[in-house]
Amino acid sequence: MLTLDRKLLRDLSQLKGQGLAIGLVIAAGVAMFAMYSSTFESLDHTHTVYYDRYRLADVFASLKRAPLSTVSRLEALPGVAQVEPRVVVQVTLDVPGMTEPARGLLLSIPEHRRAILNDVHLLRGRYIQATRPDEVLVIEAFATAHGLEPGDPIGAVINGRRRELMIVGIALSPEYVYTIAPGDLLPDDRRFGVFWMGRRALSSAFDMEGGFNDVSLALGPGASSEAVIADVDRLLERYGGLGAIPRRLQVSAWFVANEMREMKTMGSILPVVFLAVAAFLLNVVLSRIISVQRTQVAALKAVGYTNREVALHYTKLALAVAFAGGVLGVAVGAWLGRGMTSMYSQYFRFPEFQYFLSPRIAIIALAVSLAAATLGAFGAVRRAVKLPPAEAMRPEPPASFKRGWLERSGLTRMLSEPGRMILRNLGRSPVRTLLSSTGIAFAIALLVFGFFFVDAVELLMKAQFEEVMLHDVTTTFVEPTSAAARHEVERLPGVLYTEPFRAVPVRLRYGARSRQTVVMGLPAVPRLNRVIGQKAGVVELPAKGLVLSSSLGGVLGVEVGDRIIVEVLEGRRPVRTVPVARLVDEYLGTSAYMEIGALRRLMREGAVLSGAFLKVDPAELDRLHTRLKVTPRVAGVSLSTAAYESFQNTIGQTLGLMITINLIFAAVIACGVVYNSARISLSERERDLASLRVLGFTRAEISFILLGELAVVTLIAVPLGLALGYLFCRGIISALATELLRIPMVVEPVSYAWAAVAVVAVSALSGLAVRRRLDRLDLVAVLKSRE
Amino acid sequence: MRTHGNGPAFSAHEVTKVYTMGEVEVHALRGVDLELRPSELVVLLGPSGSGKSTLLNILGGLDVPTSGTVWYRDHELTAADESELTRYRREHVGFVFQFYNLIPSLTAVENVALVTDISEDPMDPAKALDLVELGDRKDHFPAQLSGGEQQRVAIARAIAKQPEVLLCDEPTGALDISTGILVLEAIARVNRELGTTVAVITHNVAIAAMADRVLRMADGRIASAERNERRISASELEW
Repeated sequence: MLTLDRKLLRDLSQLKGQGLAIGLVIAAGVAMFAMYSSTFESLDHTHTVYYDRYRLADVFASLKRAPLSTVSRLEALPGVAQVEPRVVVQVTLDVPGMTEPARGLLLSIPEHRRAILNDVHLLRGRYIQATRPDEVLVIEAFATAHGLEPGDPIGAVINGRRRELMIVGIALSPEYVYTIAPGDLLPDDRRFGVFWMGRRALSSAFDMEGGFNDVSLALGPGASSEAVIADVDRLLERYGGLGAIPRRLQVSAWFVANEMREMKTMGSILPVVFLAVAAFLLNVVLSRIISVQRTQVAALKAVGYTNREVALHYTKLALAVAFAGGVLGVAVGAWLGRGMTSMYSQYFRFPEFQYFLSPRIAIIALAVSLAAATLGAFGAVRRAVKLPPAEAMRPEPPASFKRGWLERSGLTRMLSEPGRMILRNLGRSPVRTLLSSTGIAFAIALLVFGFFFVDAVELLMKAQFEEVMLHDVTTTFVEPTSAAARHEVERLPGVLYTEPFRAVPVRLRYGARSRQTVVMGLPAVPRLNRVIGQKAGVVELPAKGLVLSSSLGGVLGVEVGDRIIVEVLEGRRPVRTVPVARLVDEYLGTSAYMEIGALRRLMREGAVLSGAFLKVDPAELDRLHTRLKVTPRVAGVSLSTAAYESFQNTIGQTLGLMITINLIFAAVIACGVVYNSARISLSERERDLASLRVLGFTRAEISFILLGELAVVTLIAVPLGLALGYLFCRGIISALATELLRIPMVVEPVSYAWAAVAVVAVSALSGLAVRRRLDRLDLVAVLKSRE
Repeated sequence: MRTHGNGPAFSAHEVTKVYTMGEVEVHALRGVDLELRPSELVVLLGPSGSGKSTLLNILGGLDVPTSGTVWYRDHELTAADESELTRYRREHVGFVFQFYNLIPSLTAVENVALVTDISEDPMDPAKALDLVELGDRKDHFPAQLSGGEQQRVAIARAIAKQPEVLLCDEPTGALDISTGILVLEAIARVNRELGTTVAVITHNVAIAAMADRVLRMADGRIASAERNERRISASELEW
């Protein structure tokens, strides 16, 4: 080992406190990067392999009913490689030991072979047998939620008749990696389950023999899904086609892709903050080291070390810290990534969710941390290089101080001498003061962001469940039906109030853009399912025209007043042009609304309804549930409170964990910045402070000078950090905004307060740690030592 | 380039130096002419502020004059760029400073090795320490050594690369007389045994007696130059 490297090691061990603080900041940034990126890659790899191996379809289409002979015509379409027709129906389930009804989705599968597309993965039990029409496979999430095992029975209301089905296998499907009931916002494994049943059995139960109502297609290489979809839609139109969708918009795939996008965003924004702060800290610390080692630099140069060698020597110091931080970061990131993956496997079900951290990510993480360190070292090292050796040999000239504007303003006349010292020290290097404050501000910003996320999700859920969904139960009828059905529902036990709705599947078209969705027909002033905008508040539905959520408006590229084409996908399938009456900035989803009367006029129909929202007497809930389970007309029942609870159990938990991680990392940044600032102030001021002690100042008085500086830096950081936090939240919100979810920009005052208090507390602790060194100041030695 | 067979090791002509320190402009050298012969031991005498250190730094390639020319053998130092100066220092010059300028985080032998690491034909660091009679203290850190010992480590560091020139800036300035003499003995020994050209700057008149030649500096100029008839050994010095 070269002697200069030995010096490096000894310098490093001298620097361990500060090095550790900076290394941890780097480690935190790298850990975040490694965590998000590796989880992203693992999820990406896992889902790609899964989709591929179990042949997830490229295009999905639902329809009313088509004869099986249509299959060959679908197969003949250009670009279509494989076609899998099936029967899909929604049923109400009667699960043993559960009073309220659950919803089930029954999918047909071939009895004698595995499905060509969307094949299931059997976890336990066996595949269904052709000779036993009651056998079903059940999705693992539902089975787990109810402790169901192969051999257990389950009741289902099939076509109005209760039927006992026999579970023979527990399965997973690439189509239901994320299992969410149609129309729901959150997964609820207890109240929604997917089942697979023999094709023949299911067809005969629903009068679908010789036909199908759902079809999946695989495309040939190079085929465009848009072109195929257009052909499929044309072909299926006369069979009540509800509009084919590409895999991208298939619910589960869409959720997975959305989540991955979020992960990527977080993984690229947050680490940058940490690495920037680390680069800044390295710069400050290295500048100080070089200033302290001024005469050593001179000696190295005098004996013939080149500028390059000197530069490399000090850069290596930064690189060593960054490397150690990077390695630690990758290790912690791998650990967190594993945790995150296992968290994700609660929502995303794969046969095998294998976590891995690829060498590529590790290398990028290390390279980026080294690059940040080099960047941070650059300015400081350049000063060392530029220092002429003869000048470096002499002690630094006394720092030049001037009376700044602050002093000229006369403000400081009110201050004591120590107060003036503080002010002048800060004013002498305003850039560094500002950067130190910025570093601490980042910690505050990070905390604001962390707390904000909790606030936002809470507000979002509150808005959704306490403002929008004021009903307790949603009942959906098997078919759109007459107003009489409403009275039937009203007579159910415990029902206090009902509100009918009409849901019409449509394709909205504007110019070249289109989107399949459902137009919700609601009373002009809905009471049980309100339309609420983030800014707009409660929205009244106008007597004419469509009300779209802003994100749907964005998808279609429409503004208020634009006329869009509404292709109805049921009944007589009318095509109409309807103006956009209003865009509403909703939090969730891509919805379209119309006043129910207007929608019925558009459909040229009478008082038809698709379902009803119910307000229920809680005491009667059990009786209502029991009745709903056996009400033939009701195809689906969903319960709002249940959804809220399930949300709090799962996503709430996840968020809590994320906040904790954020909190730890913010503390790391705050400690890193404050501790380093304090150590550097101490190092720079050591002689002055010792001189003051010799002159008779007390410990408390010199502590005031040193810590006063830190206090000022921290106080500047607070408003800066709060503002930065706000901007940070804004930035991440817009980066994270998906079609599914728009996080509201609300930071509660108490969150700001907590963020500031936490960082000020961390600052105070770091300051105290340094103050202890001040108490041990060796007056004689300090005065003797020469810079 | 000119070649100097038996010519001077150094020749400086009309050298001036002006620099700013803090907010003050200092005229350190106001036109210095100088020649140093190979294997000569020269003492530069003068009060502080007379410009001796500046002159030494310029001879050592640590600093460049504001005007004038300086030659080291066939190298025109005043025409050299920074990397050439660095190479010059690396290959030819050994420095000893008043405040030793040892690296505090390196032991005595490591401080010497710091230089031998980058020299072409160095002596063994341990041997260099033996030469200044510090062989038994080689694993001590500077903080564990006395001032005189630190200065001798600095001398060992300077000579370990077997330089042709040894430039010493107030080598005894921070030392008491007996340790100062030990240090001067080591310098004289290097001059005698290795044939190294040595320039020592000091404000201590007594040291002049050990030189071949004594140059007196005042106010940025060489005020007088005299040759000693008899060089006395360092151990005979008194002050």
